[in-house]
Amino acid sequence: MKALSHDSTALYDIPGPKTVRRHKLYGVISTLIVLALVGWLLYLLFDTDQFTATKWTPFEYKGIQELLLRGLGNTLKAFAISAVLALALGGLLAVGRLSDHRPVRWLATLVVEFFRAMPVLVMIFFVFVALKVQPLPALVAGLTLYNGSVLAEVFRSGVNSVERGQREAAYALGMRKTQVMGHVLVPQAVRAMLPAIISQLVVALKDTSLGYLITYEEFLHAGKLIASNLDYDLPFIPVVMVISPIYIGMCMLLSWFAQWVSKRQRRNPKTEAADVAPAEPGTLLPGTQ
Amino acid sequence: MDVLTDNFSTFGKGFLGTVELTVYASLLALALGFVMASFRVAPVGSFRAFGTAWVTVLRNTPLTLLFFAVLLGLPRFGLVLPFKVFAVLALGCYTSAFICEALRSGINTVPKGQGEAARSLGMSFGQTLSMVVLPQAFRSVIAPVGSNLIALAKNSAIAGAFSVTELLGSYKTLSELGYNIIWTFVWIALGYLIITLAISAIFNVLEKRWGVAR
Repeated sequence: MKALSHDSTALYDIPGPKTVRRHKLYGVISTLIVLALVGWLLYLLFDTDQFTATKWTPFEYKGIQELLLRGLGNTLKAFAISAVLALALGGLLAVGRLSDHRPVRWLATLVVEFFRAMPVLVMIFFVFVALKVQPLPALVAGLTLYNGSVLAEVFRSGVNSVERGQREAAYALGMRKTQVMGHVLVPQAVRAMLPAIISQLVVALKDTSLGYLITYEEFLHAGKLIASNLDYDLPFIPVVMVISPIYIGMCMLLSWFAQWVSKRQRRNPKTEAADVAPAEPGTLLPGTQ
Repeated sequence: MDVLTDNFSTFGKGFLGTVELTVYASLLALALGFVMASFRVAPVGSFRAFGTAWVTVLRNTPLTLLFFAVLLGLPRFGLVLPFKVFAVLALGCYTSAFICEALRSGINTVPKGQGEAARSLGMSFGQTLSMVVLPQAFRSVIAPVGSNLIALAKNSAIAGAFSVTELLGSYKTLSELGYNIIWTFVWIALGYLIITLAISAIFNVLEKRWGVAR
């Protein structure tokens, strides 16, 4: 017998022959609608001459390719630096939030809550405009502060997700807090929160594109340079068509990696107990952590 | 301090712009997210595929790229709309993917037996979803939807950088007038805090009233 093919709740019965026919009809109709939309889009593209040779030949020039590659390199550079720094800051803030000393805890909480409540772009602009910093450090600073704060919450909930008994047992053995953390809680927590960490890195990768707005010469910036060139007949749509799949593809790869890790974790009996909530996009709601 | 008192109208305009953008984009995101979530649990395969594609693509698109494509790209198609409408479209579509996922996870928290009971009463997919499952799902997704809307409010800053009248955009006007830039940013930050705190307060009230602990 064929079981329900997806993991949702049992919202409908296994369809009988008549319903299968009806669903097929719906399927055909909706596919036709989508195809019609795609066709209309293609018509618009052709109608506005987006496929004329002058708009696409620039991509054959070596200079243009190098410009795009340099932009992509700059994007990845900003991502790599801010990912490393955000992980470090997140670790530091998480240690602060889990501290036994009240002032330290309050300070860390204040920092985390403030930077999660601010739009990343405002932070980036603040560093760039008010502190007059170069574009790359400004972008990295903004991304590090925001993602570091979110990661601190992920780390904290990861450590707290390890069963209480483990901590108690370790203390009962006479371990000090550092030992309990280092030997017992963190090794287990890291496993459980790995998917959440990678998902947050996707956010960081996506947000590197904000560098475009402060004239950091990243991928989108390179695209803009090409798109606004009169010599190439302003190939705006072609640029979007070249850049978007690469950008979205990179983020998708990272997302899939996170999903793959999380699926693997779920099969692993060692991590079954701990379940870390995914990183929320920044919130002041007490209920969501 | 003078920055605020001297330029109250500039800040006020920016603040109202952000609120307006947030409200319209939220409505669009909620509506679209609802439709996409229903698609993703529908019995028809092509609906599910469309919903999945929508969510996967939009969740992995940098919002700046989306604004870039919509604000600067669509006019080349001959599709010319006011800047604000474009901004609402981009923000709303982007957030709808996250709302959809929040709703879907809410649907998954409703015990399977409820759906089975509804079916055994002879309810169709639409009836089961709208009369039994969704009302309960809504109660458990209040908090995640709230945090997505907060994220939307914060993301609306990008529209400001693409020069829609909006809170962040007001720094440009003021820096040209020679005001202390640091104070300008303090007030902008405060403006965003007011908006995000307001959304979180609204959703806290909603959660107290309707939320369920699962």
